[in-house]
Amino acid sequence: MFRTIAGKRRWAVAALVFWFAVFGALAGCGKSAPAGTSPETKAPSAETPQPAPAVRDVVLATTTSTQDTGLLDYLVPIFEKQTGYKVKVVAVGTGQALEMGKRGEADVLLTHAPASEKPLVDDGTVTNYRLVMHNDFVLVGPPNDPAKVKEAQDLKAAMKAIAASGAGFVSRGDDSGTHKKELVLWKAAGVDPKGQAWYRESGTGMGQTLLIANEKRAYTLTDRGTYLAYKNKLDLAIVREGDKDLLNIYHVMQVNPEKYPKVNAEGAKAFVEFLVSPETQKLIGEFGVDKYGQPLFFPDAKEGKE
Amino acid sequence: MDLVWSGLREAVRILLARDPEIFAIFGLSLRIAVWALGISLLIGLPLGVLLGVVHFRGRGVLLSIFNAGMGLPPTVVGLWVALFLWRNGPLGALRLIYTPAAIVIAEVILTTPILVALVAAAAAGAKERLHEFFLSLGTTPPTYLYLLLREIRMPLLAAVIAGFGRVISEVGAAMIVGGNIRGETRTLTTAIVLEVSKGAFDRALAISFLLLALSFAVTAFLTYLQHRVREG
Repeated sequence: MFRTIAGKRRWAVAALVFWFAVFGALAGCGKSAPAGTSPETKAPSAETPQPAPAVRDVVLATTTSTQDTGLLDYLVPIFEKQTGYKVKVVAVGTGQALEMGKRGEADVLLTHAPASEKPLVDDGTVTNYRLVMHNDFVLVGPPNDPAKVKEAQDLKAAMKAIAASGAGFVSRGDDSGTHKKELVLWKAAGVDPKGQAWYRESGTGMGQTLLIANEKRAYTLTDRGTYLAYKNKLDLAIVREGDKDLLNIYHVMQVNPEKYPKVNAEGAKAFVEFLVSPETQKLIGEFGVDKYGQPLFFPDAKEGKE
Repeated sequence: MDLVWSGLREAVRILLARDPEIFAIFGLSLRIAVWALGISLLIGLPLGVLLGVVHFRGRGVLLSIFNAGMGLPPTVVGLWVALFLWRNGPLGALRLIYTPAAIVIAEVILTTPILVALVAAAAAGAKERLHEFFLSLGTTPPTYLYLLLREIRMPLLAAVIAGFGRVISEVGAAMIVGGNIRGETRTLTTAIVLEVSKGAFDRALAISFLLLALSFAVTAFLTYLQHRVREG
């Protein structure tokens, strides 16, 4: 009898402790979590002299490459400190970023597929369309180059050589800027890779795709920055570079507030102006030099509009 | 395999240097797990007991829905929650998309069926076992409830452990509704995905060790509680 009573009490105590732990924790984070901004992130803005903007959050939809290279981790804190805005970087790939723009879910876009961006500019989905920077794409493959891509006359011949050799090509297949670029190159070369045995669509980001190409001893198209970041994990060499068609051009644009009243127009404008300002352009040109011995991006913004 | 070692070294370095970013991510993951589990428990415990003990029309259908819900794919839940929370979605005015609260909502939807189904099964079993006992004693409803809850305390903790495991390891829904935003919605799992896509495998491994440690510590604590309860 004593044993059961003692047991009941111990159970009741354990239950109490557990419930109080749960509710204590709930109350503890109730102040920060649902608001979306924790006290730690608010503190710096209180110290900065600028008055807080009316709408602080700026949603930036962008490609994974700007995040994976670390460029945005480098630039965004500087912008936030200067202006008091809080940038929510959603790195999703160019296809999805443009889609978010079309639905008014993002305030500002930073993407690298000019051909896909153009229709959005034309139909007024985005405004303030500005050239920011470029880097370049490179074709990489096994160092022994089984498809003899290095001997190809031009880029078209290089793509044809890969297709003809059947050596294998790994495509992102994710509607990203790189994927769009690759499809343009196939089209120019007159090759339809869809459904071919040598053509694999990874459905993943650039880094993962490089790893798959590495394992399959296959070729792939990559931006130079990601290739440099992955270089020491790969047994893949650059087999083609420097062609004009391999330029990787980044534009920034605001989602049109006249079309989408819910967007943070002021914040988006501030971010566009920040990216194309001479100071930021200088930072972009210097980014990555210390780590890779060469810049990852080349600033392109000129004074005034394009 | 030297990558594992460099990952371990990086994990130790992060712990020693108290890397504030990683610690913030760690804290956020824990907060999200506690919130999601707490809310799931508030919904799941009464609902599970009700479904386990009371017979009413549609009970079977509800039970099968919750049983099926145990296997809900997180990315599907993430997509649907995002559809509702997007700026121009039905709940867009709440401005919840890309916040920790959005992740909590998705996790609650993922863990509540687990809690309901496991609690309902345990409650139904307990009722069976205690039926004669209750009849002979002629207990009042509060006593009945107390004895029933006491009877299912072990499976209840098992359900909490299962729910915690799901929340802490979840990445698909957290990625879609949270957006993996640095300093705001980046959790341990989405941070690992990002570090891998950056090619920073040692850092990814380091975070994975922290995640495993957290998961193990919490599960061990709950298991300890479970055994205390059994012996008590």
